[in-house]
Amino acid sequence: MAERKTLNVNGRSRTITVDDPDMPLLYALRENLGLDGPLFGCGLAQCGACTVHVDGKAVRACVHPLSKVGPAQKVVTIEGLSQGRRLHPVQRAFVEEQAVQCGYCTSGMIMESAAFLAGNKKPTDADIKKALANNLCRCGVHTRIVRAVKRAAGVA
Amino acid sequence: MTQHFNPSRRNLLQGGGALIVSFSLGGAVEPALGQGAAAARPLSLAEVDAFLAIDARGRVTVYSGKVDMGTGVRTALAQMCADELDVAFSAVRVVEGDTNLTPDQGKTWGSLTIQLGGVQIRNAAATARAALLEQAAKRFDVKPAELSVANGVIRAGNRRVSYGELIGGRTFSLKLDHAKPAKFKDPKDYKIVGKSIPRVDIPQKVAGRFPYINNLRLRGMLHGRVIHPPSVGSKLESVDESSIKGIAGIVRVVRQGNFLGVVAQTEWAAIKAARNLKVGWSKWEGLPEQAKLFEHVRASKVFRADVTGNVGNTSEAMARDGIKKLAATYDFAIHTHGSQGPSCAVAEFRDGKLTSWSASQATHDLRRQLAEMFAMPVENVRCIYLEGSGCYGRNGHEDAAADAAMLAKAVGRPVRVQWSRADEHGWDPKGPPTLIDLRATLDGAGTVTAWESEFFIPQQTDKSFMVPLVPATLAGLPAKADIAPGNIFQNSNIPYKFANIKAVCHRLETTPFRPSWIRTPGRMQNTYANECFLDELAAAANADPIAFRLKYLDPADKRGIETLNRVAALAKWDTRPSPRQGVSGNVVTGRGVSYVKYELTRTYVAVVAEVAVDRAAGVIKVTKVYVAHDCGQIINPDGLRNQLDGNVIQMVSRTLIEELKFDRSHVTSLDWESYPVIKFPDVPEIVIDLIDRPNERPWGAGEPAAAVVPSAISNAVFDAIGIRLRSVPYTPDKVKAAMRSGA
Repeated sequence: MAERKTLNVNGRSRTITVDDPDMPLLYALRENLGLDGPLFGCGLAQCGACTVHVDGKAVRACVHPLSKVGPAQKVVTIEGLSQGRRLHPVQRAFVEEQAVQCGYCTSGMIMESAAFLAGNKKPTDADIKKALANNLCRCGVHTRIVRAVKRAAGVA
Repeated sequence: MTQHFNPSRRNLLQGGGALIVSFSLGGAVEPALGQGAAAARPLSLAEVDAFLAIDARGRVTVYSGKVDMGTGVRTALAQMCADELDVAFSAVRVVEGDTNLTPDQGKTWGSLTIQLGGVQIRNAAATARAALLEQAAKRFDVKPAELSVANGVIRAGNRRVSYGELIGGRTFSLKLDHAKPAKFKDPKDYKIVGKSIPRVDIPQKVAGRFPYINNLRLRGMLHGRVIHPPSVGSKLESVDESSIKGIAGIVRVVRQGNFLGVVAQTEWAAIKAARNLKVGWSKWEGLPEQAKLFEHVRASKVFRADVTGNVGNTSEAMARDGIKKLAATYDFAIHTHGSQGPSCAVAEFRDGKLTSWSASQATHDLRRQLAEMFAMPVENVRCIYLEGSGCYGRNGHEDAAADAAMLAKAVGRPVRVQWSRADEHGWDPKGPPTLIDLRATLDGAGTVTAWESEFFIPQQTDKSFMVPLVPATLAGLPAKADIAPGNIFQNSNIPYKFANIKAVCHRLETTPFRPSWIRTPGRMQNTYANECFLDELAAAANADPIAFRLKYLDPADKRGIETLNRVAALAKWDTRPSPRQGVSGNVVTGRGVSYVKYELTRTYVAVVAEVAVDRAAGVIKVTKVYVAHDCGQIINPDGLRNQLDGNVIQMVSRTLIEELKFDRSHVTSLDWESYPVIKFPDVPEIVIDLIDRPNERPWGAGEPAAAVVPSAISNAVFDAIGIRLRSVPYTPDKVKAAMRSGA
């Protein structure tokens, strides 16, 4: 049975129609709202490619059911992390460090890092590695990503 | 020789009614619908127009058969073209891997995109530039040497003409001979080549606005999933469609032979349907026992023995008296590509023609395979590359493309297929298991008198290197039953000048899983065994491992020698034999070296790995890796460093933890828990020395550094604990077992 669901995504209230209230948030973002920044990687919360923020916390959208997202909860995707065309400091640092290869993990890495830095202003390399330990990168960009997060730490 | 060109009126912008996505500087993506059936583009490698077009505003489009799979070559190819042509970097955009638009430059593999594809584009650019200069010289009635050119504008005194004015929108109609390329610029005049130009794709990737294949939506598009069999050989016996009646949005269950798929209005509905559909499959248990994998490999029927190295007479040398004999067996596990994003593709059948969008590394080959599969003329199939999750060889992208085509044909609408994680881990083609026997002899002075190696690796059945498409096989559609692991014989022979050498590759008739090439196929496994065993010889001769290598390298191979010396300096190498003496405590450290001349003909790499071994836990930590790398002329140093980081990190992962798990029916390591890959805390520090040789030809860099990482780690572990590990991956259980047996 199709039902209407209201979400607050990237600062806007959005109403969508879904067949399954337990559909993971990822599909609502990508298919219903056309927000393709979060990507499907595993559907098991093991890799982090789909990471978004729900009330500022990093959440794996591939397993987070819509039914758990309240209308007042603030969902932010990577598209909403930047202010218009002005990139978030973590995004800028990823560009400055060229911390990308295929980029399939990048959106999730940035979202995880932004949530982490919000509560950790002066992380060490070890802190950053621990915070990102459950975000996988198959291309092997890890050292650049750590540099980028560190670069962003002063300003994020 | 300068060729004359006659700009033709033939319209050069065409699309054939399908989506074209191109990239220009600043990351702006320009999806555009082609304007009907315009003139077909020339696709011959022997024509400038196949590679280049310049519009009236002087904007240059490069048509590249080689594609950027996340390595940054889109940027590097644009650099090579812009510099050779004398246009601004920002004036160049690159169209990749579209069978209607780009020439067939071969698969994007083997570290050949810059070396081969880029040099072909450079040839086209140099030829075009010479012709444009000649045209301008005629116009101004001066000699070409009196002209200057910059940013696509040719000047003679105060007169000027732009490329756009000379050729804009028209064809060059000039021939190319890649065996006898045009004269390239003097390397000292390169202004864009050799610079770390930021990658054109990164701004969009960090903004979450990159046009991955995963994000392609066509009007009327449906979503499909494939239900793969529970085993490699299961037959489909029954399907109970009523089991998914309750799921809204199901369009069709598609069944053909053992191929089974579902098509739905939404991706989530397709996923739920694939999960819940009740299916009966026959049982099949044809895989070997995992615990006896290498016994199975050794017992496999040999299709052919290829001698890849033969110097002197090893049997005679090994039969002499007074020599020391060494023998060892190495093995290397089956690996999966483990692309971060499962394979994804979109297909549409319309008016008897198939258009396929995918992240295939070889769209021209995929086109031939899809045409064969659906018994269609090749010209009725168009394959278009869109970047997907990074792949490191032939992963599942092509299979997903064939899945999408199967489903699109069945429902008569465009269908997008993205595999599940279990599909990807279970059904992407695998890097085959590799077994290597090594024997050598040393005389009383510690000189190597003979070297013998035997490699047990699957055959390569077909020169076209086509990995069979899974849905074609399942559906019983036409498909060659090829075994295509890639050129895995490479680097079975060694770069060292021993008096007697024999290297033999036993090409096996079969291998347990559909094989393909995964980053550094064969070169890495073979180099792993060779460079570890060489270290065993150095230890037996009580020699320093770097000095031992230098002793046997061809003195004329100055670049190889310099590469080894550079890594020694970079790592502040402590010259002494391995293993270290006088170690104590539970955690001990060591260092190991490894060296490769890729395919014995090109890129040189030497690495030193430093490790810390927790002896009680059997846990190896790679703490630091030093890389000295000579790939000739460097196009983009930062891009190269990024690739070297990737080579090292991915290979530390593959060496220490990666191993396909399976039972008698199928792969059982179907997620990231059961097939773990390296995580941030385990990533080593990486120190790189780029040996730039601007006057040499550019060689590949996507793979060579991977070849030396496993052996450097193994040699470092031996240095630390005096135990030789000969079976990848080096899991704690294996490390502890090796220590117990004191190997």
